[in-house]
Amino acid sequence: MSRLSALFQKQSTRVLNVYCTAGFPNLNSTLEVMESLQANGANIIELGMPYSDPLADGEVIQSSGNVAIENGMTIEVLFDQLKTMRQTIHIPVVLMGYMNPILQYGLEDFCKKAKAVGVDALILPDLPLYEFEHLYGKTIQEHGLDFVFLVTPETPEDRLRKLDALSTGFLYAVSSSATTGKDKDFSKVALYLQKLQAMQLKNPVLVGFGIKDKDTFNAVCTYSNGAIIGSAYINALSKGNSVSETTAQFLKEVLN
Amino acid sequence: MHLFNKTINYQNPSAEGYYGDFGGAYIPEMLYGNVETLKKQYLEIMQDPAFQEEFHALLKDYVGRPTPLFYAERLSKEIGANIYLKREDLCHTGAHKINNTIGQILLAQRLGKTKIIAETGAGQHGVATATVCALKGMECVVYMGEKDIERQAPNVARMKMLGATVVPATSGSKTLKDATNEAIRAWINEPSETHYIIGSVVGPHPYPDMVARFQSVISDEMRKQLKEKTGSELPTHVVACVGGGSNAAGAFYHFLNEETVELVAVEAAGHGVHSGMSAATTQLGKPGILHGSKSILMQTADGQVVEPHSISAGLDYPGIGPLHAFLYESKRGTFTSATDEEALDWAFHLSKIEGIIPALETAHAFAVLPRLNLKATDNVIVCLSGRGDKDLATYMQAMETKKY
Repeated sequence: MSRLSALFQKQSTRVLNVYCTAGFPNLNSTLEVMESLQANGANIIELGMPYSDPLADGEVIQSSGNVAIENGMTIEVLFDQLKTMRQTIHIPVVLMGYMNPILQYGLEDFCKKAKAVGVDALILPDLPLYEFEHLYGKTIQEHGLDFVFLVTPETPEDRLRKLDALSTGFLYAVSSSATTGKDKDFSKVALYLQKLQAMQLKNPVLVGFGIKDKDTFNAVCTYSNGAIIGSAYINALSKGNSVSETTAQFLKEVLN
Repeated sequence: MHLFNKTINYQNPSAEGYYGDFGGAYIPEMLYGNVETLKKQYLEIMQDPAFQEEFHALLKDYVGRPTPLFYAERLSKEIGANIYLKREDLCHTGAHKINNTIGQILLAQRLGKTKIIAETGAGQHGVATATVCALKGMECVVYMGEKDIERQAPNVARMKMLGATVVPATSGSKTLKDATNEAIRAWINEPSETHYIIGSVVGPHPYPDMVARFQSVISDEMRKQLKEKTGSELPTHVVACVGGGSNAAGAFYHFLNEETVELVAVEAAGHGVHSGMSAATTQLGKPGILHGSKSILMQTADGQVVEPHSISAGLDYPGIGPLHAFLYESKRGTFTSATDEEALDWAFHLSKIEGIIPALETAHAFAVLPRLNLKATDNVIVCLSGRGDKDLATYMQAMETKKY
């Protein structure tokens, strides 16, 4: 059983997935950040591979990516850092990134190495359904990696069912059509999530975009299996001094 | 000579927007609804007779089309071939860009949109968009790199005078590529009431095809006008500069499936193709994905998009439209380049021998004429995509420091 399936079998509510950018705040802080997240209660780590033109992300995540790129982070460096990851990290790790750097690295090689270091799944926001089905999805699946699609309140039902059918691990419900790091109207989000619940999807649903603190986390957890926090944590990391103290403080505020 | 493949229809991408391996719609799910609506409706709307009538009426009475096809006598003599100039510089707002913005504003109206967003580099597309928004009474927001806002003050002023809001793109390298990212993000954040007018044959399907079709009026007119002048609709060569590639797409469009016509695309070599300060995408780039489509892209070995360089802001783009990537790969197009210095030389030369001050972008297209090994019987059309008013500051500086 995959790590993600095992997690959701054990815990079906309040699953917390925290996003961090590889190579941020420092080139070699990647594992330290991941270990701190695990130690302080995160259930999944979404590790972002920095890209110069991250269309689906807001300012906060893009600037952390720019810092990481300047720090020297590349896919090759990242896989080297992750070689020993599974000695200390036991929770699921999802790589998030954009297609271009992966295509330059070579998709097949990328999947092989990701699997080898113990990555569980991929989130690639600019790999849509058609291109997944016809061009790239097979390679990802053949290497035993889960693939998580994004769905939004505007995704039509038949398409949503198809995205759910093709996703493994979980489904990423974008709280509203927006980039990361924007504030949301949570009454609308609640209606949307209730609609998703009623659809009896194959995958657990984690909600992302606009989840930033205890209140927003609690609000979406009522109607889903959990949530993803990104920009708010990156903000905290940018301001904090020590990774472990910042992470402990941040997750304490979200979870308690 | 190029290898012409008769089995390929170069005009039409596949249903999913692919020209060979290039194109597609690599967009996040948040944009799916908007792009899908556009994909389902653009052909139907564009082919509606009422739409065509309104589009062509505006092109005629507002833009000033058809633009002349001018036989450049002195230039022809010098080059040793018949050189015709397609005078897109005479369009309202000074360049071909408005052909596309007229088309897209009419399309946006029919889609029930109330707000327009656009990206711009040098400001030409921004001005053309602000112009049609003023014409149709639509709200207009133009994203422009912070650095470009500093460099292109007159166009920023024009956009503001036309009632547009100019929003500085402060992310990344603060130029066209980042203005495009910001515009796409703005579209993600307020999709239902907003239409995004992309200025070139780039972006997710259906934009490359849609913009090429709106710009194809250029080659449609070329065929008719050349026939009047020479008895034949077909030139031997069509030459155009290429950044994203919208004037080239428009100039090539009705010749794409005519195997005898050599299509010459001129990229900006900047300080020289291998100087590290260049925007010659097909020479320096590799296949990759940027701004929603797969194409050829200037990037680092790790797949980060690099900032190109050209003296002309309109060619200063790290990618190229997927149609052009396909023309390059299939060898249907001849891709070449001209440097900053050659472009400057030719801007002054064309001014002196034909009395036409071209845009810096356009000047690149002229610079390659002596290198095409033309024969006296060749009929060559150069797409004179824009006029040089916007580049006067650069030209004045060049006059101070150089021989001109």
